[in-house]
Parts: sequence; C-alpha cells; structure tokens
Amino acid sequence: MTTPLLSAREIDVTFGTTRPGDMPWTAPRKLRAVSGVSFDLAAGKTLGVVGESGCGKSTLARALIRMVPASGQVLWQGDTDLLSLSPAAMQRYRSEIQMIFQDPLASLNPRMTLGEIIAEPLRTHRRDLSRADIRDRVRRMMDRVGLLPQMINRYPHEFSGGQCQRIGIARALIVEPRLLICDEPVSALDVSIQAQVIELLQELQRDLNLAILFIAHDLSVVRHISDEVMVLYLGRVMEAAPAERLYAAPRHPYTQALLSAVPVPDPAVERDKRIIPLTGDLPSPMAPPSGCVFRTRCPRAEAACAAEVPAPGPGPHRCACLFPGTITADEVA
Amino acid sequence: MVHDTQRMQSLAERMAEDEVAGRSLWADARRRFFSNKAAVIGLALLAFVAAFALFGGQFAQWSNEELDYNVMGVVAQEGGPSLANGHYFGVDELGRDLFARTVQGTQVSLLVGLVGALVAVVVGTIYGATAGYVGGRVDAAMMRAVDVLMAIPYMFVLILILVMYGRSMIALFVGLGLISWLEMSRIVRGQTLSLKNREFIEAARATGVSGVTIIRRHIVPNLLGVIAVYATLLVPLMILTESFISFLGLGVQEPLTSLGALISQGASTMAYGTIWQLAFPLLFFCLTLFGFFFVGDGLRDALDPKDR
Repeated sequence: MTTPLLSAREIDVTFGTTRPGDMPWTAPRKLRAVSGVSFDLAAGKTLGVVGESGCGKSTLARALIRMVPASGQVLWQGDTDLLSLSPAAMQRYRSEIQMIFQDPLASLNPRMTLGEIIAEPLRTHRRDLSRADIRDRVRRMMDRVGLLPQMINRYPHEFSGGQCQRIGIARALIVEPRLLICDEPVSALDVSIQAQVIELLQELQRDLNLAILFIAHDLSVVRHISDEVMVLYLGRVMEAAPAERLYAAPRHPYTQALLSAVPVPDPAVERDKRIIPLTGDLPSPMAPPSGCVFRTRCPRAEAACAAEVPAPGPGPHRCACLFPGTITADEVA
Repeated sequence: MVHDTQRMQSLAERMAEDEVAGRSLWADARRRFFSNKAAVIGLALLAFVAAFALFGGQFAQWSNEELDYNVMGVVAQEGGPSLANGHYFGVDELGRDLFARTVQGTQVSLLVGLVGALVAVVVGTIYGATAGYVGGRVDAAMMRAVDVLMAIPYMFVLILILVMYGRSMIALFVGLGLISWLEMSRIVRGQTLSLKNREFIEAARATGVSGVTIIRRHIVPNLLGVIAVYATLLVPLMILTESFISFLGLGVQEPLTSLGALISQGASTMAYGTIWQLAFPLLFFCLTLFGFFFVGDGLRDALDPKDR
C-alpha cells in the first residue's frame, strides 16, 4: 500500500471556555470538541465527514491546518507531522492544503475585486511571479472553474451564490494544492447549483489528482462524492468505511438512524421505509456521557455501554460500537 | 432579421472582449452620497470655505498685520465693511483688515481640525485594529489603557500642555492629537472584533497570510467607511475644542489667529457697535461646522444604507 497523502492520528481538540461573570483566575471549563479521530486520505481520493451540527466536523478540519490548537499527529505523506512544525515551517504546507468555505459570499472580501481575491494565495506563496503572470494565471483559473475571465474586475456582491463558490474554488486551487478541505461547500446553495459545484469539484479532482476532505451534513451529497465516509458524533468517530459499504451495510446504530432519516425521492419507498427515531437532544459536549457517547440516544444501549468506551477497531470498516449490527424492528419499538 | 443577427454578433464579440469594470461598494456609496441634497450642500459649503482659506488672501487689499491708521481710533464709525477702502469685512479693534484676519483664522482652524482628525485616523485605526485582531490579554491591556486615558478630563490636560509648553501650534496639535484618537480606537476595535470572525478573514489565515497583511488588506479596507464617517464628524469637534481654548485665551498666539480667537475678540468688542467683528468670523465658523456635519451625515447614510 502506498503512503497516504495525509494521515491523522488521534486528533484531540480541547477548548477552554469561560462563562460570562467568571473571574479571570477561574480555571476555564474544558470542552472536548474532537477526541481521538484518526483517518488516512490518499491522493486523488475523497473522504466524506458527516455528523450533526456541533459534532466537531469543522473543528477537525481547522485542526488539520492548525487554525485551532490540537494534539495528536497529522502526517503529511507519512513523514512530516504538521502539528509539530513551527509556524514558519508550516507556511510551506499551507499552499499544499487549501480550504473552501460554507458561506460563499461571506468567504470573499467585499472590498476586493475577483482578480485580487483569487490572486491572494499566489501573492502569499509565489512571490517570484510578476503581476502580469499572476493576472494570467487568475484568468486561466477563472476559465477553468467556469467564470468568464472578463469578470476579473468585478466585486463579489455582483455574483450569485453558486458563482461565489466557484470563486472560492478558484482561489483555493490557484496555488495547485494537493489537498482540498471543503467545509460544507454546498450547504448554502440551491440543489441544482449544488450538483454543478459538486461536478466541478469532481472534475477538478480527476484532472489535478486532488485529495478532498469533504464535510457535509447531507448524506446523499457525501455518498455521491466520497470514496470513504466517516461518521462523527460528539467529536468521536462512530463509524468509518468505504462509501458503498457504509451505505449498503451500516453497522453502527447511529449511522443506521442517520441513513434512515434521509428522504427518498420515491413516495412508494418513502412510505414503507422504516425510520429509526432518535429520542432526546445532543448531550452537552461540556459533559459527554460516560462510555459510549451515543448511549443516551441509542435504541440498543445496555449497561456495558456506560462503562466502556468502544474502540473503532482496525480495518477498512471501523465501527465504534460494542453491539454492532442491523437494528431490528423490535428494538425501535 | 439580418440586421438583428449582426447586432447580436457584435454585442457578443464586445462582451467577450471587454473586461467588465465592476461597480465597487465605494462607487455605490458615491452615487448614494451625491443623491443626498443635504450632503451635496454640505460639500459645496466645505468647498467654499476651503477655497476661501486657500485663495482668499489673494483678494485681500491689506495684509493681516498692517494697521490702517485712517480708521484707528474711529473703528466703530469708519471701520465697518466697505468696498471703498478695501476692508471688505471691516477692521478689528486695532485697525487690522478683518478679511485677511478671517482668511488666516479659517486656515488655522481648518488645519487644527484636519491634523487632529488625521492623528485620530492614523493612531486610532492602527491601535484599535491591532487590539481587536490580536485579542486576548493584549486587547484587554490596550483597551484598559485607553479607558484610563479617557478618564482624565481632556480639557484640563490640554490647558496644562498649553501652559507648560507655550501657546504654540505644535503644542496645540500634540494636545489635540493626544485626546482625539481614544474614541476612534474604541470604534475601530469594536468593528475589528466583528470582522475578525468573518469567513474571508479565516480564508486568508488558512492560506497563510500574515497578521499584518490581514489587517492592512482585509480589515482596514472594510473599516474605512466607519473611519471616514467618524473622521468627518471629528474635524468639527476638533475645531470646536480649539475655538473653546482660544476663547479662553489659551489657543494660538498673536500674530497667528484662529476663528475661535477672532470670535472671542469680536464678542468682547460687541458692545461698542462693531458687530461685524463678531459676525464674519462667526459666519465662517458656522459654515465650516455645518459643512462637516452635513457631509458626515451624508457619508454615514451612503456607506451604511442598512441603517436607514
């Protein structure tokens, strides 16, 4: 097996939170946003990360590029640990890893023209290029992502959401990165525009041999684009498997509940579908349940679940559950 | 039909060739500003006052230092505004030409206002943006320092500086500069805090843009609207402060003068029937203040259409 482009090992992210009214010397309360997440991502492949709001998807992405302090290891091509590099040494890898964001318009500076926005990573990482060179590359990249190059002097507010996301993609790809982190890139777009953006991403991935870390809460979108899918809950990996396997035979109760909630655009199927309802709310990440974090809402939880933290285990299909397997109709009732 | 096809083709060609110039938010704001009557009137007033300060001296028949011995001693009877003897605005109590004096006073007042506002813009913006962007303890320490400085009564400090270092222009600039940036730095810091968490800043950070460049390239341009509005409203405040100081007799020293000093002199001789000595400086003083306040209001409406 070849070395993966990026391997994350036991990523932990802990925030100290203070409440209003706390004294300056009060010890901050710990919030563990991500705990013990590991994965491998090979060049040209896509890893989908799914989970509810607040389960640590975005925090995980930000931890990889050191936007939030994290512990663990993020190995680049198997040898360089990004988390232990000095900020100056990290700078080289910032052009290798680029990111696109959820809100297309908010991620573009309203006072800059398209040309300036897309050129920013080039101006940061390729100081050897002349102005004319940069402009030329920007125009080619705009053409590549489906924007008319003569729009180069326009401002972001003159574009639609889908076009703005294309601008974001152009900005990310202008420095020829090898890993693209997409933080819910299509959540804010219409369904028809979503499809266009996803297709563009897939096309660019094929042409540039990009690795993509694709974060979303829409399972059908993730299924469409991912080679492998990882399900997070309260900052922990619940299940991770190749996409087809996860969708065809989910083993973790949480994954099954999520999948059962995906609407099917066929009334006949939809009527007969068995939904696994999850009761209660997401527990507070300040005080996660003991043992398996999902046990408070799991239809199959037993006493053992409170005592032991289930390990995801090795292998291509990882599942952090003591009692994996398909949930039957009796259990739901 | 043929005609139409040709037209469409030429249109298509033109669209493919031209780089479309985008309409920036600034261009939008400019359009809104110029459709605001009060703001345009304010701008015209300011243009007039500025032209008066810059070129008025060329029309003066007398210099601001010459004494006109013909009217000395009979200022109340002979010293009024007159085209015949060249004293368009009359003379002051010593027989100096009030037109030349008003030009000089307007120059000094505008200069004081602009320098005070400039210090506020430069120092306040850098200080506030740094505190807001860096955040944490640095922010807390920097802003507490501002709080402490603001708690000191500024008029007292200003008077002390003028008394200790002499009543020079430099001392006045230093004194006004010291106090003017405090409020500005607070405003800028607040705006920076709300900008800091926007996604485009995060995008810049993720791609490895340095902090200084982020402040310069992303934060400050997005603050300029607020800064412009506040600076325009700060200029008249500086002029007012200077005038108050001059009125107390502590401002710029003779032979220099300012509108405040002229008004003070005019007010003191009002009882002797020389009302023009008060009226002309006061007129220019009011025009300047009106102009700045109207322009400031217009800028605020133009740059922040959401508030309306």
